[in-house]
Amino acid sequence: MFPAAFDYRAPTTLPEALSILKERGDDAKVMAGGQSLIPLLKLRFAQPALVVDIGRLPGMADIKRDDGHVRIGALVRHVDIERSAELAKLLPLMVEAVHWIADPLVRNRGTLVGSVCHADPSGDWGSIMLALNAELVAQSASGERVIPIDGFFQGPFTTTLRPDEVAIAIRIPLPSGRAGGSYHKLERKVGDFATVAVSVQVELDGNKAKKAGIGLTSVGATNIKAKEAEKALIGHELKDDVIAEAARLAAAAAEPKDDIRGTAAYKKDVVRVFVQRGLKAALARAQEVKA
Amino acid sequence: MKVTMTVNGAERSADVEPRVLLVDFLRSNLLLTGTHIGCDTTSCGACTVQLDGEPVKSCTVLAVQAEGREVKTVEGLANGAALAPIQVGFHEEHGLQCGFCTPGMMMVTSALLERNPNPTDDEIRWAISGNICRCTGYMNIVKAVKHAAQMQAGAAKAPEHAAVGGGGE
Repeated sequence: MFPAAFDYRAPTTLPEALSILKERGDDAKVMAGGQSLIPLLKLRFAQPALVVDIGRLPGMADIKRDDGHVRIGALVRHVDIERSAELAKLLPLMVEAVHWIADPLVRNRGTLVGSVCHADPSGDWGSIMLALNAELVAQSASGERVIPIDGFFQGPFTTTLRPDEVAIAIRIPLPSGRAGGSYHKLERKVGDFATVAVSVQVELDGNKAKKAGIGLTSVGATNIKAKEAEKALIGHELKDDVIAEAARLAAAAAEPKDDIRGTAAYKKDVVRVFVQRGLKAALARAQEVKA
Repeated sequence: MKVTMTVNGAERSADVEPRVLLVDFLRSNLLLTGTHIGCDTTSCGACTVQLDGEPVKSCTVLAVQAEGREVKTVEGLANGAALAPIQVGFHEEHGLQCGFCTPGMMMVTSALLERNPNPTDDEIRWAISGNICRCTGYMNIVKAVKHAAQMQAGAAKAPEHAAVGGGGE
């Protein structure tokens, strides 16, 4: 299978990339690792006139701490996250979840930021970023903009990123105190999209939840932030009844469709079960952290 | 556009359209047909090659993305007539039947052995989880990789190997 013909540019500086996008952004697609875009090009679901390969931009492959955040550059690949001792310490949810993404070969090429910008409602990173309250750093010729992940996803494969912008990094707030997360994914085989997946992150203050994040994969037109469920947790001790109520609210927020992977009713119930399991696992992990 | 990369140690260049996939560049431009096209949809791993030492699915990489980089294909494993340890392992342990997935399997597992010279069964299965084999049930592929690991460690000797499965003693 061949993609339709396109022009190709591989800028070697960010200003060069931004000036290309300022001029031709409307007809262009930005590519990092290409693990989502190239399959779409081959199937001709996407036929951009121009592909801007940002794979040669310098200084974008770092994971670093930045003012209470972890900043992950646009060229940090899934495998870099898998191997990051720092992330394993700071945000173990990400390192646990990365093993569920695609397969080891795709993880050698694909990037976190690219995956989030691809905005596949079945994507794993989107719901993890929603649970972690991440933000995107977008750059255009007219300046930098920080976009909270909540609201970034507009629909399937659609985000608020403008055609003249490049997402250069994702920033994730560092949990303070005792925090824990978990990712539960139901998939038929390695590399398949999720039937349902749920990411959960909680931060404790004493016995009570200070912060809570719940993101849902494959159960709607976008990755979904289960806000009502999050609210039901914050300020409460995470006892079984509180967890059960949050799980019920998260399932109510899901809008799955019947498809070959299962019925809508089944998927909603998997959301409920995964939120319950996820919160219990996250709570146990948070309690293990020494304050 | 002109693209130049190092393939199996030699610099190769050609004039290609940006939409040409790395696997097609290797097979059609360089006539290196050891790299197979299976599913053509990033699922099966038959097209796996090493890009700067890491295994990737060459049906999901543009040839232009490999500009200036190092590519290694199955043709680059053997040193003349001397097979690489991973090739010996697949041969000795019957790690293949039809052979279609084998180039990809060997490119993944030889990269694994570079990073991890003594992998466990689980680590091997994990490493090949993006590569599909419809013949072997994977059992002999795992054995083949272990054989290669032992060989690389200088431990594999033919008589010992012949006794494998002899039972009990």
